[in-house]
Amino acid sequence: MKTSLEQFDKAFENRIRLQIMSVLLANEHYDFKSLKDLLDVTDGNLASHIKALEKEEYIIVNKTFIGKKPNTQYSVSEKGRKAFTKHLEALENLIKQQKM
Amino acid sequence: MEEKDIHSELTSIRSLMERSSKFLSLSGLSGVMAGIYALIGAFIGYRIVNERYGSLVISDSYTDDSMVYHQLILIAGLILLLSILSGLLLSIRQAKKKGENYWNPVSRRLISSMVIPLFTGGLFIIILFLRLEYDLIASACLIFYGLSLISASQYTFSDVKWLGFCQIILGLLAALIPASGLLFWVIGFGLLHIIYGTVMHFKYNR
Repeated sequence: MKTSLEQFDKAFENRIRLQIMSVLLANEHYDFKSLKDLLDVTDGNLASHIKALEKEEYIIVNKTFIGKKPNTQYSVSEKGRKAFTKHLEALENLIKQQKM
Repeated sequence: MEEKDIHSELTSIRSLMERSSKFLSLSGLSGVMAGIYALIGAFIGYRIVNERYGSLVISDSYTDDSMVYHQLILIAGLILLLSILSGLLLSIRQAKKKGENYWNPVSRRLISSMVIPLFTGGLFIIILFLRLEYDLIASACLIFYGLSLISASQYTFSDVKWLGFCQIILGLLAALIPASGLLFWVIGFGLLHIIYGTVMHFKYNR
């Protein structure tokens, strides 16, 4: 059976990264703490996955301050949007192929 | 990758996209309670007007005694306060039950989307009150509340939008038909809330 595994994005192999992208696709932007609460992960874990996505240039980081508190907002880049859509299509294709 | 893994992956993506962009812990029960407060309030209001004037005469306006209007406004304010409190408390409880954080970007967006139409409406009603234009107060309550619901519906169940449209239609009818304010107010804030709250409770909250 021919699979389309080569279409899978390595950056999305990790579930948390895929989840981060899902949230950012559905929202204009999201901040670190809310993302952490929503995904129920630790600070360090989330930070490392965000860094990985940032390195791929899939997300845009916007650091600001509210008073003295840092407020970091994340949003999805055009490249990230395309990559995510392609990944979803690959997943769907795989299901279709397995049904045949 | 197994097919069921992919399915669960896609399901989790879909659910996360929805949960992160819509506040889904809005309590239906609080809608029912707001409706009950409104009915009780309207009944008390009706009694106040009735006691003073014997029977309710349908005229251009129920009454133009400003003392009566002050009492009515007080009751309306109390209903508003109780309804908001019930809405907040029950929704927070609902969110906690689901193990979600109730103070998140979506709930903040939900509240800020409602605040602008509600605040504008509140000021408009105070202006009507100060100018002794009592006739249109009930209508203005319904219309601005309806607008705030439509604006809020982007960030919660889309059913809220239909409640908003109904409130606006009732508000316009109340403005069109003289001395019908109390009647449409009871239908909009009382009956519609109870019906809507019951439907939402059974559809989503159980």
